[in-house]
Amino acid sequence: MAVIEGPVARAEATPARGRGLHPLAWWAWAAGIAVAITRTQNPLVIALLLAAVVLVVTVCRDESPWARAFGAYLILGLVVVAVRVAFYVVVGLPDSSPVLIDLPTVPLPDWVDSLTLLGPVHTAGLLGAIYAGLRLAALIITFGAANALANPKRALRSVPASLHHLSTAVVIAVTVTPQLFTAVGRVRRAQRLRGLDARGPRAFAGRLIPVLQDALDRSLDLAASMDSRGYARGTTPGGGRHVTAALVVALVAGVLGTYALLDGAAPAWLGAVGLGVGAVVAVAASVRAGRRVDRTRYRPDPWGLRENLVAGCGIVAATAVVLGGWLDPGTLSAGLTPPTWPTLNVAGVVAALAAIAPATIGGGRR
Amino acid sequence: MIEFRDVSVDYGNGPVLRGVDAVIGEGELCLVVGPTGSGKSSLLGAAGARVPHFSGGRLTGTVLVDGRDTREHLPRDLADVVGVVGQDPLASFVTDTVAEELAFAMEQLALAPTLMRRRVEEVLDLLGLAALRDRPLGDLSGGQQQRVAIGAVLTAQPRILVLDEPTSALDPAAAEDVLAALTRLVHDAGITVLLAEHRLERVVQFADAVISLTADGVATSGDPATVLAGSAVAPPVVELGRLAGWDPLPLSVRDARRTAGPLRERVLAGSSAAAGGPGSEGTTAEPGSFRSASAGRSAGRSAARSAADEPGTPTLTADGLHVRHGRAHAVRGVDLALAAGEVVALMGRNGAGKSSLLWALSGAGPRSAGTVRTAAGADPADQRPAVARRQVALVPQSPTDLLYLATVSAECAAADSQADAEPGSTARILGSITPGIDPGRHPRDLSEGQRLALAVAVQLAAAPAVLLLDEPTRGLDYPAKAELVAALAGLRRQGRTVLVASHDVEFVAQLADRVLLLADGEVVTDAPARDFLLDSPVFAPQVAKILAPAPVLTVADVRRALDAGAEPESAP
Repeated sequence: MAVIEGPVARAEATPARGRGLHPLAWWAWAAGIAVAITRTQNPLVIALLLAAVVLVVTVCRDESPWARAFGAYLILGLVVVAVRVAFYVVVGLPDSSPVLIDLPTVPLPDWVDSLTLLGPVHTAGLLGAIYAGLRLAALIITFGAANALANPKRALRSVPASLHHLSTAVVIAVTVTPQLFTAVGRVRRAQRLRGLDARGPRAFAGRLIPVLQDALDRSLDLAASMDSRGYARGTTPGGGRHVTAALVVALVAGVLGTYALLDGAAPAWLGAVGLGVGAVVAVAASVRAGRRVDRTRYRPDPWGLRENLVAGCGIVAATAVVLGGWLDPGTLSAGLTPPTWPTLNVAGVVAALAAIAPATIGGGRR
Repeated sequence: MIEFRDVSVDYGNGPVLRGVDAVIGEGELCLVVGPTGSGKSSLLGAAGARVPHFSGGRLTGTVLVDGRDTREHLPRDLADVVGVVGQDPLASFVTDTVAEELAFAMEQLALAPTLMRRRVEEVLDLLGLAALRDRPLGDLSGGQQQRVAIGAVLTAQPRILVLDEPTSALDPAAAEDVLAALTRLVHDAGITVLLAEHRLERVVQFADAVISLTADGVATSGDPATVLAGSAVAPPVVELGRLAGWDPLPLSVRDARRTAGPLRERVLAGSSAAAGGPGSEGTTAEPGSFRSASAGRSAGRSAARSAADEPGTPTLTADGLHVRHGRAHAVRGVDLALAAGEVVALMGRNGAGKSSLLWALSGAGPRSAGTVRTAAGADPADQRPAVARRQVALVPQSPTDLLYLATVSAECAAADSQADAEPGSTARILGSITPGIDPGRHPRDLSEGQRLALAVAVQLAAAPAVLLLDEPTRGLDYPAKAELVAALAGLRRQGRTVLVASHDVEFVAQLADRVLLLADGEVVTDAPARDFLLDSPVFAPQVAKILAPAPVLTVADVRRALDAGAEPESAP
């Protein structure tokens, strides 16, 4: 955190009372769980982690619109599983496992090679599709959980000063998008008053024009208001070239390092050194750019014990799954042929417990 | 503090401002008045350097703001000197909560965190927002939002505040709040205020100076009483003063009341003569022509009343109407009956459920419980929108939502075909409301009043029996409002029903037969407009306040009462 705080803002940070946790703590927790989910294929562990995430959101979220959007992520997760299964049923490849249902095959023209529509549904293939869908759904829901628990606007307040203008632009985009949806609803209602009840491209075009005009007006209003309130005035002109040059160097070093890591023929040290140099130069450029943006932050979110605990829970969950898979690779996945009940080892239990712990730490906001 | 030297602004279609010379002194509250399109916003924009840096266009002459030339200073460079507050506070908010919004400008100015804390607290107290500190901005009422918007620029401690119609969207009480906060800033904090406002009756008594703009952008500035005496736009108190020939012209209700003694006697005599005279018989012959005589209005109203009492005549009835939006219970059990040839005003605070009620009545909005019946006994919600609008039509709060074509004539033609009206009927209705609109113009380029007229014409093309209007007077100047009043009175003469939601007391006083007052989703008053407006301290129009106990609401009423008093023998 020390690197990314502006010099003045760190001086006297008086936290606001009654606020929730620092948003980055929730993101760290969610990132840890996401790592755990990607590193295992054990459906039982994934289901446990998913249950933990949903429980934590239920206990800890507040009344903001972001929190209310969590339901949409749950539905999206269900849709992902359904789509994955439907894809398997329609175009899935046959395997050697027992056939569950034998659907009639739809013949395709000859030039479509090795692909059949419908046909027999095998147990292993179906289970595999369900597991894969579940994993993707769990990742999406974890992302939704981070969004629900940490107001993205407040998260963006914590970015480095050099990204201040960029983050403000993102905040505005985040604000304007829901307004756009509201405007679509309002214009549709108004046009129904006029007797326009049609669907299709023409009705869409008729609605688009007022909505876009409205969005444009609002954006201009907001931009004018920000301009008049001094937005972007603290920037000292000049000196931008050094930062740009440094960022180019960082990018080149990063590309070289990544290439060296992936290409087995390159010397082993090149990867580490390249990435290290890239990271150092990028941070230095960011700090330098941040100095040129002269602004302060009102009551920055504090990072305290509870933040450490919540972020730590994410790290523990990730570490437990990674270590568990390393020590006992057999528990990483569930057998498909023949289908076996997935085994749950200690690492999985630890990960799930760590994921659920913030329900007791992160609550009690407002 | 602000100096305009020979300022002209041109956006490419001829000058909006022509050679404006004005000086606004330290600590003054200066009011900018003028019809729509007269360049009020451009003048305010020039004071905050938004014109021409943000808006484009060409500005000639010099604008000095606290000694800084706006040619060399961008709006952001003036943020510590000028605070600019717009019409729609929600559109100007950058952050989520009240305290963060107040701090935004200071963050940009890189003030120390301790100083920011102190100033946020000071401004919260100054504007009476302390209890709202951590509330989300979207949950506040309109008046609170506008005060937050003012506070958000005040924390940078500007010496000048520029406000473009800060009360146009507010109900009378909320507008009082905002204006009280402003006068406090002028008197206690010594801030210079430049303010544009259509509803002069709300602000003129606070002004130290007035800049009056004509439609072609020529400015006159000076002492309020002198400038307003010759101005085309004037509040009722000024018009009354002109009628009575008072000199100096009183600008506040208080001053006028102290001068009005003799006039009050004459009006009292006149109105009792009109009430006791043969007028009532003569006016029932022409029911609904309320503008012809003050007694005529009551006669017209009683005619409407008796019509409403007969079974089968109401054009729209509602029984036990409830509207819920999620957890909010916006309308709670409203019963109403609207008669043919009646203009009913729907009043009440921001958020009292007026819009929800109108939308539910039109059949297009959500309704949780209750029934709505048109004259034919049908429920508009059960019908296709294209059919329902022939019975009940609604002009929503932002009339532009109804419009989507590139020219006025295309809108009119589309409205004709959508309403199955004969070609040209929408254009004819539009011409009767506001004559002289160029059919080739884009609806966005019209003035607020012209755009509203177009939306009303589009909705009237289907010849609905009931017309509902949601806050139509927002952003309208006095002439545009007079046109709207005449148009709606015309509908009444045709036997249509008009239900209009409005905060604008003077507008309601000129037009309505009956007032429904909504509070918290319930109808708390259903009374004849005259009784309601004369009785209420908040909703009384200026003329009624000045001449109480004389039963007059508008300057036209006074004129008629005086005529009746002068020649009591002349029967209509």
